[in-house]
Amino acid sequence: MARSASSARAALRNLLPRLVLSPSVALIAIFVYGFIAFTSYLSFSDSRMLPSYGWVGLSNYEKLFSLRTWDIALNNLAVFGILYIAICCVLGLMLAILLDQRIRAEGFIRTIYLYPMALSFIVTGVAWKWFLDPGIGLEAVMHDWGWTSFKFDWIKNRDMAIYTVVIAAVWQTSGFVMATFLAGLRGIDAEMLRAAEVDGASTFALYRRIVIPQLRPAFLSAFVVLAHMAIKSYDLVVALTNGGPGTATEVPATFMYSYTFTRNQMGIGAASAEIMLLTIAAVIVPYLWSELREKR
Amino acid sequence: MSIPLSFGRISLYLLLGLFCIYYLLPLYVMVANSLKPLDEITSGGMMALPSDWTLAPWRSAWSEAQVGVEATGLRPYFTNSLVMVVPAVMITTLMGALNGYVLTKWRFRGDTLIFGLILFGCFIPFQIVLIPMARTLGLLGLSGTVPGLVFVHVIYGISFSTLYFRNYYAAFPTELVRAAEIDGAGFFTIFRRILLPNSGPIAVVCVIWLFTNIWNDFLFGASFSDFDSQPMTVALNNLVQSSTGVKEYNVHFAGAIMAALPTLFVYVVAGRFFVRGLMTGSVKG
Repeated sequence: MARSASSARAALRNLLPRLVLSPSVALIAIFVYGFIAFTSYLSFSDSRMLPSYGWVGLSNYEKLFSLRTWDIALNNLAVFGILYIAICCVLGLMLAILLDQRIRAEGFIRTIYLYPMALSFIVTGVAWKWFLDPGIGLEAVMHDWGWTSFKFDWIKNRDMAIYTVVIAAVWQTSGFVMATFLAGLRGIDAEMLRAAEVDGASTFALYRRIVIPQLRPAFLSAFVVLAHMAIKSYDLVVALTNGGPGTATEVPATFMYSYTFTRNQMGIGAASAEIMLLTIAAVIVPYLWSELREKR
Repeated sequence: MSIPLSFGRISLYLLLGLFCIYYLLPLYVMVANSLKPLDEITSGGMMALPSDWTLAPWRSAWSEAQVGVEATGLRPYFTNSLVMVVPAVMITTLMGALNGYVLTKWRFRGDTLIFGLILFGCFIPFQIVLIPMARTLGLLGLSGTVPGLVFVHVIYGISFSTLYFRNYYAAFPTELVRAAEIDGAGFFTIFRRILLPNSGPIAVVCVIWLFTNIWNDFLFGASFSDFDSQPMTVALNNLVQSSTGVKEYNVHFAGAIMAALPTLFVYVVAGRFFVRGLMTGSVKG
């Protein structure tokens, strides 16, 4: 009797950890993987305003890729993503190197560079929306100051509006990239740098040959985070331009939302969400795979 | 070691100062323009300090402006955000702590795979879950409610909180846990008495990260809330995008600062932890 009680307790003790983990696993299984499966199914269905389960094969994808708005959204994502990642990395690296020169008040300056990261993209969008508005913002101010030929109306200009999204997004996240690189710089072996300095390497050569190559992991994680943010970016576009003027700043995230919830084309909306997921997975899965394998 | 001021050092500081101005400029624009009458903005004075200081835009944004159907200002939405964010952060943090504890101190076969599967949840574009989630909230009777938003934020926050605690507990000596086990302490006793008292720093990181993310969320708020359950970000966007009447830029800026204040406050008070949370979010291990 005592033995079976103790073995039952041992069994419970073995089971308990898994029991504690199971609600989270169940939630993730349903609400992440189950929902991905559900949306995938919808992308092959004839859903319009509400989910419907008639199978239509690839026709949603065919329609999706024949839509001009989707074409614009993909183009915008490419332009935005490339510029956003590149500028953030260059600016972040430069700021990190500048801050790594034994600067007085480094902590204070770092705080200023990084605070936009704490803001909502909606707040950032509102601030830049009015700052870049030619009627009251930068252009009006320059005119008021006497530079009457000054013109900066990108936010109202179909061809240039997407670049204002880049400007605001870079402002928000470049400080984060700076912090990532700064942490990387602090991890570099000081002895090695001193040795190279003794050998007469110039500061520039020092950074180009020794420091920057060692920042590879920092580059990689900055890239993954930025790429991921670029593909998901929704709030900033909504607040800054709301996809306009016209459809000039439409991105996949805004496209998905409007096709699913306001245009009653749920099948096409689901297909666009699917493309977003696949794009992110193409970046994230190899990254997670390598990270987790190394840790074994 | 003090470094003599040379031409190079001076230009270095100048450059750094210039970038300070770049990052602070939008904040200055928001604050300065939230304290002046509308005509000072529309007449090209956006960069100037107010000449006629006023708190009226703040009052209007807080309690008078037309946001939804009624002219309530942003106050009820600020409350919605608070009521949403507090339970969501607490539940998610606690679940993450327990998950991290199991995944590092009670390891079992396949736990790395399970962790990897949980981790992937950090990265999915939420667009992929919007449609089924809208249906599910409807079935649960939670659509358009604040508890519904709490539910959504908990689910998609677990991945992050689990990541934080798992990485933190991985460095915690397992021998202590095994020794306590031999002394007869059970699963929860060990968690409560040994792990939790040592979890301060990571709990702060996790709470700050979740608080910032959930407070700043827009997509879920826009998709799953009704007029009376909208969070602050959605209400602010409605206020700014509303096309009726005169655009009250000063009121918009005051509202934007209100939406930013809670997370800015957390950042200023606990910036160190905020940065650490960001880093853990990107650099695994």
